[in-house]
Amino acid sequence: MGANKVINFLRKYMMLIATVLVVIGFYFITNGQSLNPDSIDRLISQNAYVFVLGTGMLLCILTGGNIDLSVGSVVCLAGSVGAIIMDKNLPWPLAVAVMLVMGLLVGLWHGYWIAYVKVPPFIATLVGMLAFRGLANIFLKGKDVIVENKDFMNVFGGSDTCYVPDFFRNVGPKLTFEGVALNKTCVVFTVLLALGLVIYTFVNRARLVKNGYKVDNFLVVIIKTVLIVLVILWFGYKLASYRGIPTAFIWIALILALFAYITTKTTLGRNLYAVGGNEKATRLSGIDTRKVMFSAYTLMGVLAGFASILVIARGQKAGPTVGVGFEMDAIAACFIGGASAYGGTGSIGGVIIGATLMGVINQGMNIAATPVNYQKVVKGIVLIFAVLFDILMQMKRKGAKKKKKTAVEAVTTEEGGAKS
Amino acid sequence: MAKVLLEMKSITKTFPGVKALDNVNLKVEEGEIHALVGENGAGKSTLMNVLSGIYPFGTYEGDIVYDGEVCKFHKIKDSEKKGIVIIHQELALVPYLTIGENMFLGNEQGSKWCIDWNKTYAEADKYLEMVGLTDSSKTLIKDIGTGKQQLVEIAKALAKNARLLILDEPTSSLNETDSRALLDLMKKLQREQGMTMIIISHKLNEVSYVADKITVVRDGSTIETLDSKTDDISETRIIKGMVGREITDRFPKRHDVEIGDVMMEVKNWTVYHPEFSERKVVDDVSINVRAGEVVGIYGLMGAGRTELAMSVFGRSYGIGISGELWLRGKPAVLKSPKQAIKAGLAYVTEDRKGNGLVLSNSILRNTTLANLEGVSTGGIFLDQDKETEVAQEYVRKLRTKTPSVEQLVGNLSGGNQQKVLLAKWMFANPDVLILDEPTRGIDVGAKYEIYCIINDLAKAGKSVIMISSELPEVIGMSDRIYIMNQAKIVGEMKASEATQENIMACIVGVRGESENAEAVNAESVGSEA
Repeated sequence: MGANKVINFLRKYMMLIATVLVVIGFYFITNGQSLNPDSIDRLISQNAYVFVLGTGMLLCILTGGNIDLSVGSVVCLAGSVGAIIMDKNLPWPLAVAVMLVMGLLVGLWHGYWIAYVKVPPFIATLVGMLAFRGLANIFLKGKDVIVENKDFMNVFGGSDTCYVPDFFRNVGPKLTFEGVALNKTCVVFTVLLALGLVIYTFVNRARLVKNGYKVDNFLVVIIKTVLIVLVILWFGYKLASYRGIPTAFIWIALILALFAYITTKTTLGRNLYAVGGNEKATRLSGIDTRKVMFSAYTLMGVLAGFASILVIARGQKAGPTVGVGFEMDAIAACFIGGASAYGGTGSIGGVIIGATLMGVINQGMNIAATPVNYQKVVKGIVLIFAVLFDILMQMKRKGAKKKKKTAVEAVTTEEGGAKS
Repeated sequence: MAKVLLEMKSITKTFPGVKALDNVNLKVEEGEIHALVGENGAGKSTLMNVLSGIYPFGTYEGDIVYDGEVCKFHKIKDSEKKGIVIIHQELALVPYLTIGENMFLGNEQGSKWCIDWNKTYAEADKYLEMVGLTDSSKTLIKDIGTGKQQLVEIAKALAKNARLLILDEPTSSLNETDSRALLDLMKKLQREQGMTMIIISHKLNEVSYVADKITVVRDGSTIETLDSKTDDISETRIIKGMVGREITDRFPKRHDVEIGDVMMEVKNWTVYHPEFSERKVVDDVSINVRAGEVVGIYGLMGAGRTELAMSVFGRSYGIGISGELWLRGKPAVLKSPKQAIKAGLAYVTEDRKGNGLVLSNSILRNTTLANLEGVSTGGIFLDQDKETEVAQEYVRKLRTKTPSVEQLVGNLSGGNQQKVLLAKWMFANPDVLILDEPTRGIDVGAKYEIYCIINDLAKAGKSVIMISSELPEVIGMSDRIYIMNQAKIVGEMKASEATQENIMACIVGVRGESENAEAVNAESVGSEA
């Protein structure tokens, strides 16, 4: 039992622990540079697309290990159309709407072929990967299109001013910490978030206790909460001592929160997990599994459209090579975050960890001036270790389970014998 | 007296909590065809798995004496080296490879670095001729029928220099003609090559036809061995050995359950196989079930019971479905499981793991899966408190053994998984429950609890259709019994009038007639029916 508990704990938190270790590792390798406020800031802005695409990819992977290879090309296509619209001096909200609609159309297109015609997802999206990039190049005529619309970039995070304005700048005294001026809005926001979390945790726990549910040990809850609060405060402090909250961060947080809700608290989310776990059983339970597949790819499309907005805002341009390899980043984030390659398991929390770990490694190596090709090798190795670890833990757990099961079954038969 | 080729001495094999084999003895002489018969779960397949090394030496007690020496097989290859080859019920052939490639898969002809295809196909043709198959060995497996595939399996076994051939239900997926051809081939191999064979079969007429000796297995023990030369090996005699136990109070009684109006009626229901579209899997079947009634459908595996149930349940199986479905006195058309559930039907599948449960999900999630509307607002936003409440209620009600409702279903034992599956369908609140083999592969104690649940359902006015291939269970639990064989309903009787013998006779009766027509087996017990 004891060993089993340790294994379960490791399985649940291994990637989190690994991320922390990697962060600490790079802190030393880069002489502390990797944890400078501006590095943290860049970590978010540069990897925003991984979080968004990873979220969509998770939905697809949940349905049975299905992936979407086309997302990089979709980002390129939607981005180029958006950039062209803004280049023609049309209003930027129109460009945003068009990019989202393009993502939606792509999603519907894939969803139709995959769910209703039963084209294998790998092939259907490979088609998209080729065709949409080609289409984007046709629109771009093979050249970059620069995005110059300031408002657009401010809202979606791209230039120096793409931060949430410091509403409280002139309220109260100047706030400094260790000689650095802090962005007050960011501080207020951070403190509120931390407080909110603490209150929610304990109110919810009290409610669960009242209703007679099983809850975690009180001490464990306190330790967990304290750790999370510390991370939030530290993170907020770092951002506050740079330029405040990047707008991209707000967008990512919204997307992640929305999809965390969808995957855990709605029937659609439940159906995604069920289809991935056992498609036949789900169908026989009266669920239209085709609709579930269709929804997954449609949402993926919309998210790819949204990612294209963040990407062209950050890059300040659309171009023929924008989005190359994005699908692999998204897929890797999901698998590192513990999603099963056979579907049925995985979570938004996992995607956050996976995307962060990838981002930290990327950035750490950039600061340490590791050649790009070596960086790729390292990322590959991280992925295989993440998956390998999961497989090993599963095997260990099965072994432990077998022993336990034997004991349980012996008890069951005894009781059965007594009854009959 | 011929030489004894194989002797299995006091074999005992225990699975966690279950004694699958209890002191089994089996003696097979060289050159004979020895049949193993018994009900489902009696232990025949377990015994053969012990023999072939699938359950390696050390996991069982007792000795296997083969060809005069005590054998310790650790894996299948060990037993194959000795010439013991098992042909499983599920054919193990790769559809997109040729017959020849399949026959020598893992045993390729030629040198280590280069396969000699000429030799492969020449050898293959030689063995194919032996089993009377005229197709070229370069034909793809997918292009020949199941009957011929079975012959390829035998040829493959011969190519491995088999001395003892074990055939596990070789005719279960074959039609009459192909079955007969296969049995004749067995006799031919015995005659011409002196091959020793063990055949496991449910089809007793075939056993009587082909076997020299018949060993009856019941509840994990060998009961008796009949010799075709000295003993009576008619089907009635074999059935007596197979069944031979009293039905005691293994089944809880239902008291004061009022049987109401006809809840569901199926009329002239015919279904065709989804892949072999000319084959009828359900043939002109008409059945009905009333409120508060438990109706048993008895039949051997492959009789079309599951196909009937699934095709009724929103056409989830088969093609070319015709016939009428009446629910509560009104005609109904159910085109998907969703519609079937809405109309008040539930189908509890026989294949818990394959079709029933999402093993990677928790008890909670499995319990509410078929009725998410019941735990959500607007069918979209889940109320997880309510879900937990529901799941806990059913865990309590069905006495599922689990630490919490968050436990993954894949971690539960068979009996508890079955309870979760039942909970799922009970929560969907159906009027008609079709239970397909509800007690397969679970231990006695859990079985009793499942029976109690069935009784409670009947008491609550639900209609229950229980499909089972365990005779005592059907007789003990049902109010009325349909007997199904070869896609047809061949009998209907009240449970109070049913005995194991007259139910078996219904099945044999049909066979008897067809065989009398062929003038093969004159001493059939068909007259009893």
